[in-house]
Amino acid sequence: MSISFLPRYFRTFLLFVTLILACAPSFSRAADDVGSLIDQFSKARNFNQTEEIVKALAATGDPAVIPVLKTLADGDLYYREDDGKVFMTADGESRRNLLLIDPLTGEELGEMSKRDLEKIKVNNNLRSAIDAALAGMTLMSPDPAVRLSAARSMMDAPSEDNLALIEEALAAEENGEIAAVLSQARAVSILNSDRPIEAKAEAIDDIAAIGGRDAISILLSARGSLDPELQDEVDAAQAKIEKRLAFWDAAQNVWYGLSLGSVLLLAAIGLAITFGVMGVINMAHGEMVMIGAYSTFMVQQVIRTSYPGLFDWSLAIALPVAFLVTAAVGLVIERGVIRFLYGRPLETLLATWGVSLILQQAVRSIFGPTNREVGNPSWMSGAFDLGGLVITWSRLWIVVFSLAVFLGLLMLMKRSAFGLQMRAVTQNRRMAASMGIRTPWVDAFTFALGSGVAGLAGVALSQIDNVSPNLGQSYIIDSFMVVVFGGVGNLWGTFVGAFSLGILNKFLEPYAGAVLGKILVLVFIILFIQKRPRGLFALKGRAVES
Amino acid sequence: MITAYVLRSLDRRVSIAIAILFGIALLVPVLNLVIPAASPFHLPTYLVSLFGKYLCYALLALSLDLVWGFCGILSLGHGAFFALGGYAMGMYLMRQIGPRGVYGDPILPDFMVFLNYQELPWFWHGFDMFWFAMLMVLLVPGALAFAFGWFAFRSRVNGVYLSIITQAMTYALLLAFFRNDMGFGGNNGLTDFKDILGFSVQADGTRAALFAASAIFLAIGLFIASAIVRSKSGKVLVGVRDAESRVRFLGYRVENYKLFTFVVSAMMAGVAGALYVPQVGIINPGEFAPANSIEVVIWTAVGGRATLIGPIIGAILVNGGKTIFTGLFPAFWLFALGGLFVAVTLFLPKGIVGTISDRFRKKSSDAGARNERSEEAEAGMDVNPSEEGAR
Repeated sequence: MSISFLPRYFRTFLLFVTLILACAPSFSRAADDVGSLIDQFSKARNFNQTEEIVKALAATGDPAVIPVLKTLADGDLYYREDDGKVFMTADGESRRNLLLIDPLTGEELGEMSKRDLEKIKVNNNLRSAIDAALAGMTLMSPDPAVRLSAARSMMDAPSEDNLALIEEALAAEENGEIAAVLSQARAVSILNSDRPIEAKAEAIDDIAAIGGRDAISILLSARGSLDPELQDEVDAAQAKIEKRLAFWDAAQNVWYGLSLGSVLLLAAIGLAITFGVMGVINMAHGEMVMIGAYSTFMVQQVIRTSYPGLFDWSLAIALPVAFLVTAAVGLVIERGVIRFLYGRPLETLLATWGVSLILQQAVRSIFGPTNREVGNPSWMSGAFDLGGLVITWSRLWIVVFSLAVFLGLLMLMKRSAFGLQMRAVTQNRRMAASMGIRTPWVDAFTFALGSGVAGLAGVALSQIDNVSPNLGQSYIIDSFMVVVFGGVGNLWGTFVGAFSLGILNKFLEPYAGAVLGKILVLVFIILFIQKRPRGLFALKGRAVES
Repeated sequence: MITAYVLRSLDRRVSIAIAILFGIALLVPVLNLVIPAASPFHLPTYLVSLFGKYLCYALLALSLDLVWGFCGILSLGHGAFFALGGYAMGMYLMRQIGPRGVYGDPILPDFMVFLNYQELPWFWHGFDMFWFAMLMVLLVPGALAFAFGWFAFRSRVNGVYLSIITQAMTYALLLAFFRNDMGFGGNNGLTDFKDILGFSVQADGTRAALFAASAIFLAIGLFIASAIVRSKSGKVLVGVRDAESRVRFLGYRVENYKLFTFVVSAMMAGVAGALYVPQVGIINPGEFAPANSIEVVIWTAVGGRATLIGPIIGAILVNGGKTIFTGLFPAFWLFALGGLFVAVTLFLPKGIVGTISDRFRKKSSDAGARNERSEEAEAGMDVNPSEEGAR
């Protein structure tokens, strides 16, 4: 009443001042609390005391604490020896000095000699405590990525103290992925708490559901402190996890094997056609793959410079280009060299080896000896999870592509007139010629087809291998192995050969190592050929014996 | 009787070649060591080593000719036998280093000290003795060839299939020798040799002696090959090459003939490798590379398959060309080598020696058919009835 006579603006002003006066002490007290807590670090005599302070700081819930804790974990928190005041530090101008930073305001306070400062020591235990404390403080962050990483670090440092925090966060969490991680973190924390046995049993089941080697180590580390009644459950859970791990390991090996098999199939299938139909061992086959890869490189160069928008389509464009280029090269080789050597397979082998040397050196002269960069279109890059498997898109597409090429060739062989002629020539060349099939042209186009398919393989392999003049060399021996193992003159033989060798290789690798695994596969093939000299699916009949 | 055997084992070409080889085995060391450096007749040491290397290649090509030319086995893995012989010699040379290695260990070679070996692996024992190492030079390639051939020939793996699995064999060995755990020095192989039989490998005298040894062993190899080829079994071998099934139906154990030739050939390749290593001063897994073995085939093809002296000429010509080419135009060597493969198979299927002796034979048959019958067997070698029938 008494102040009603005052002008209105003055009343507002007074109110403002009163408010400030009322609030100021509480502000400064909060700052004082955090500040004095921080200064406690200088009095901590061991790591446990430091950890107490970390927990107390985390309990304040003040966001200003976060940078301080981070600095502490990094080992950049110091205190002044004179008065025990704690500072964050950064590198000073000279190596002897440190730049002091006020822990609360972030203000730079000038440099000071390292001699007058003492470091607040941390060890690994303390670091995980700090991480957990930080995670607790960031669990409520509005940024989902921050929340997720916070939830993950909660899992790595299980502690009863975090349990309440986790449960609170879990109740508020709306993002499914984060909630899943949080509930796992909760289970892990429950195991390390003094909750009732029922809750712990449930937690063990939850951890078993996480799977993976981490889950086993969590269970084993918690095992000692658990009630004896729960020991059996831990064992059961561990066995369950191990069984599932073994399954996913096997699945991963099968997948790697399929992936390797598809590469082998792509590389070998063109060879299977030329070898099967014409009895020609084409040593330049690997170079066709290489030329296919370089065609992809050229297509991408043109697209990059002229039509950058089409880059995602570059592989689709490269496929026909590579096919035509390599088929043309193949046609030239057949007409120029191989047709004079029919019936002399060993001489053909030598001549095509010579051709391969020339092609390699030609590519080396044109494009240089170094690797060329072939880009992955967006749909070829990255990976996704399938159960316990990590599958890269490029590998998946190559498996799909190899199957498509295989089926396409199978249709061509079985359903087209050209395929019919090819099969006729394979089975009995002279009879086919008598029936009016122009065997020289069948030979020429078969060779072109085989080379073209190698070119297609080159497009695919450019995505997972280095594109260099030596690209073909690394595939040629493997391709021969596949064709010989599978049996000549039968596409299914090549198919089965490629995938079984791929899977065999990948299953041997974990036990024997990559190189020894490969050696064992080679030895296996050598022995297998002794048993079945014509491969898995041998053509029967007299025609083969000639 | 021995003289009769020797004479029967040689034809004129081979005896001339052997005489020439013994001649240069004497002459080259004299030109290198006795003639003063200022004289135009002096042979510099680097040339002696270079040609010593070529002679080793020639012996390797000769060993391939024995199986490919006369037995129809195109081995794409002969480089493996060569390298194994080389490794056996390399192991002896490594043991001779003794405490003079970088790490100074009296027993363990440097790379073993480096890889933390505590003691010598069992398969390195005995290699400090020269005779044992030389025995291994013969036995290791021979045993591998025996095991490989025993299975392959018995199950009648033929032609291209056999070529491919021999290639797989050398490739598997390449991968194996690259492994450090194998105990053969891994990637780096064996090198840094000091002396052989007490003589420094760097000394001019040793190099000349190694050259002479290469020439003499090449002559011996030529004699053995010629003896095999001109013997009764040699005729069977050619039969096997040209019509395997027919020879089998006649009651011959084809696989035994093939196995014998294959093993002898592998041992010759091993000896070539053993002579090669001290002259180049290193042996590493690269020698197992399938490409090397294929190159040997082209030496043989250039000189002339199934001619015995052809492979020797081919190996020296191609490698001489390689030395000159890679020195002058390094970028073109692969073009030249590749072109050589194509040109020889297309235009010179009998190789240099085969083509020349064909010409010669034509002339002499114009003059009179006196020698016709005795030469017929050789002429028939180049025709392959079963293969011609296939087309």
